[in-house]
Amino acid sequence: MNKQNLQLQNARLVDPASGLDAHLDLFVADGRIAAVGQPPAGFSADRSIDAAGLIVCPGLVDLSTRLGSIEPELGAAVSGGVTSLACPPDTKPPLDEPGLVERLVRRSETLGLARVYPIGALTQELSGQRLAEMNSLARAGCIGFSQANQSIDTQLLLRAMQYAATFGYAVRLRPQDQFLARGGVAHDGEVAARLGLTGVPVSAETVATATALLLASETGVRLHLSRLSSAAGVALVRQAKHSGMQVSCDVSIHHLHLSEMDIGYFDSNARFDPPLRASSDRDALRAAAREGLAAICSDHTPVDADGKQVPFAEALPGATGLELLLPLTLLWAEQSELPLATALARVTCDPAAILGIDAGSLRIGSPADVCVFDPAESWRVTAESLRSQGKNTPYLGYEVSGRVRMTLVGGRIVFEA
Amino acid sequence: MRNPQLNANGELTHLLSIEGLPRAVLTQILDTASSFIEVSDRDVKKVPLLRGKSVFNVFFENSTRTRTTFEIAAKRLSADVINLDVTRSSTAKGETLLDTVDNLVAMHADMFVVRHAASGAPHLIADHLRRVGRNDVHVVNAGDGRHAHPTQGLLDMYTIRHYKKEFTSLVVAVVGDILHSRVARSDINALSTLGAAEIRAVGPQTLLPTAIERMGVRVCHDLREGLRDCDVVIMLRLQNERMNGALLPSAREYFHCYGLTPAMLALARPDAIVMHPGPMNRGVEIDSDVADGPQAVILPQVTFGIAVRMAVMGILAGN
Repeated sequence: MNKQNLQLQNARLVDPASGLDAHLDLFVADGRIAAVGQPPAGFSADRSIDAAGLIVCPGLVDLSTRLGSIEPELGAAVSGGVTSLACPPDTKPPLDEPGLVERLVRRSETLGLARVYPIGALTQELSGQRLAEMNSLARAGCIGFSQANQSIDTQLLLRAMQYAATFGYAVRLRPQDQFLARGGVAHDGEVAARLGLTGVPVSAETVATATALLLASETGVRLHLSRLSSAAGVALVRQAKHSGMQVSCDVSIHHLHLSEMDIGYFDSNARFDPPLRASSDRDALRAAAREGLAAICSDHTPVDADGKQVPFAEALPGATGLELLLPLTLLWAEQSELPLATALARVTCDPAAILGIDAGSLRIGSPADVCVFDPAESWRVTAESLRSQGKNTPYLGYEVSGRVRMTLVGGRIVFEA
Repeated sequence: MRNPQLNANGELTHLLSIEGLPRAVLTQILDTASSFIEVSDRDVKKVPLLRGKSVFNVFFENSTRTRTTFEIAAKRLSADVINLDVTRSSTAKGETLLDTVDNLVAMHADMFVVRHAASGAPHLIADHLRRVGRNDVHVVNAGDGRHAHPTQGLLDMYTIRHYKKEFTSLVVAVVGDILHSRVARSDINALSTLGAAEIRAVGPQTLLPTAIERMGVRVCHDLREGLRDCDVVIMLRLQNERMNGALLPSAREYFHCYGLTPAMLALARPDAIVMHPGPMNRGVEIDSDVADGPQAVILPQVTFGIAVRMAVMGILAGN
């Protein structure tokens, strides 16, 4: 697949970064966005694509994708319109060695599907004991550092932030106090009480969030808080931003739609970390995403059947998400009566800005990472319809709207349906 | 989502939890149990309801009393009973729960009586049987984690109905470690379905689940307030491991604040009954004078338990 000159015709072009939402043609040349509306001088299309009835938007940027097997998951990414993704460091082995990071980057570049941005381990082996070689990891391709879901004591966290701030690296934390969350598998609320499940209190998130915010403001590190789950958690971030702090956060697409009630009768597909919380929390996460306080991530976590066909508390947390990110974002937009450009900003230009990467926009000169989808086409979520090896989702059997028809990465057609 | 315990006709095919069961189903079980009470008084203590059927007691967690009463109940229904102590066999060899179930189904089990340390394990088994098309195999939850112990809940309701005749005027206090108690959850669900006037959850904050009030109970941290003018007192067992200082400072202090003594019981109605799912910790949650006193109905609970378990198995086998 060489870099072709492409013309996408008759589509509705939505570019959240510029607020553009209009019926215009898009021209791609040399792997980049060449023009919008009128062709650039001397342009001749190798291929013209009739996209009537379809929407053309920037390829989605996902803040948190666990890859498992690289090839099928990157295939799943582009079939879901995701063209850039950040990979948290809790791979096996964890991303604490420059060699591992280089290999991941090279492997993904060879595949030529979605672009992979590794997040390095903040501490060696993510053990929370010794700082990882952040500078070497950054040179190998890491664009930020994180403890993934592992805990770290506050003294080492302070040191890690100081060290990261020295070089201007971003630190990402999934805020959860290990002591308050100990043994917990579900939101410490009504459903956990009824089903006899050990609860994770909201304070596990707020205590860790407050700690991270205080230490970040002391060190001046660029902080991103991943996968907030509670109303009180996003309220702390909102407050910090109002006081002028440079902090960003995201929520998972699942937490935007689901609540503790979706555990139903111990559905292990609804086991998440952090847990699905009360519906009032979900409403607050929706408000945070609506106002632009929080970006949206897929929190893609493929888990095989063995990891889910066990009692709820023993099940591995997480859900497959890459192929549901777009449909569920569209569903949220529809339910919340949001302009499409606003909703898509949360999965394109906003996460790109958080990651500091040149992606998520259809600006002239930008890399031609493009998603073309049919907003009206509905499809049923089944094990067969998902390309990811992870078939674990609470949405199994559900009908969703929004089907990706074509994905471009750097001007190359990497997916077409 | 249909309650996974009921078939399309609303009949009971598994007993996994009291939650969500219609009042009519609970009443049917209690009425059927009544008819089985006299079987236990006969010379030949058997009815042929489950003749030719195999009941597998699959206990992933140790239990003597519950397993024995299920075994007696199944035998009185003329079933073949196979006891598996899974804690010491397959799981120790790394077999998964559902692999164990598949193997037992291949041995032509008709009914599983399951106890498991994880909340929801019997639901998982029932769901698995549905997916593999074995709707003819029934599951009875004999206690899963902190979630449910429905036959205990039902035998508690049988006991209450036996002594109090009806539920709608009753004030019931459930006292103790509700956080870790599957019995408490089943009792609370059963009492609210049967229309008890007031259900009180009594204990220190560390032993009550967050949001317990959403189960329709009145929370009392003071034992006196919890017991005042109540008709039924259900004391819960306090596990030894709860007294290690993380949730309670000591057994002594617990008894001082929440132990049921004759003086405390005097706050309840004079005809109040005292229940306990057993085994009791005398001097921890209950004073011997109360446990052996005229208001205790703890041993009748055990007797009724056999009839209730016969009723559950008999009804399941017919659906």
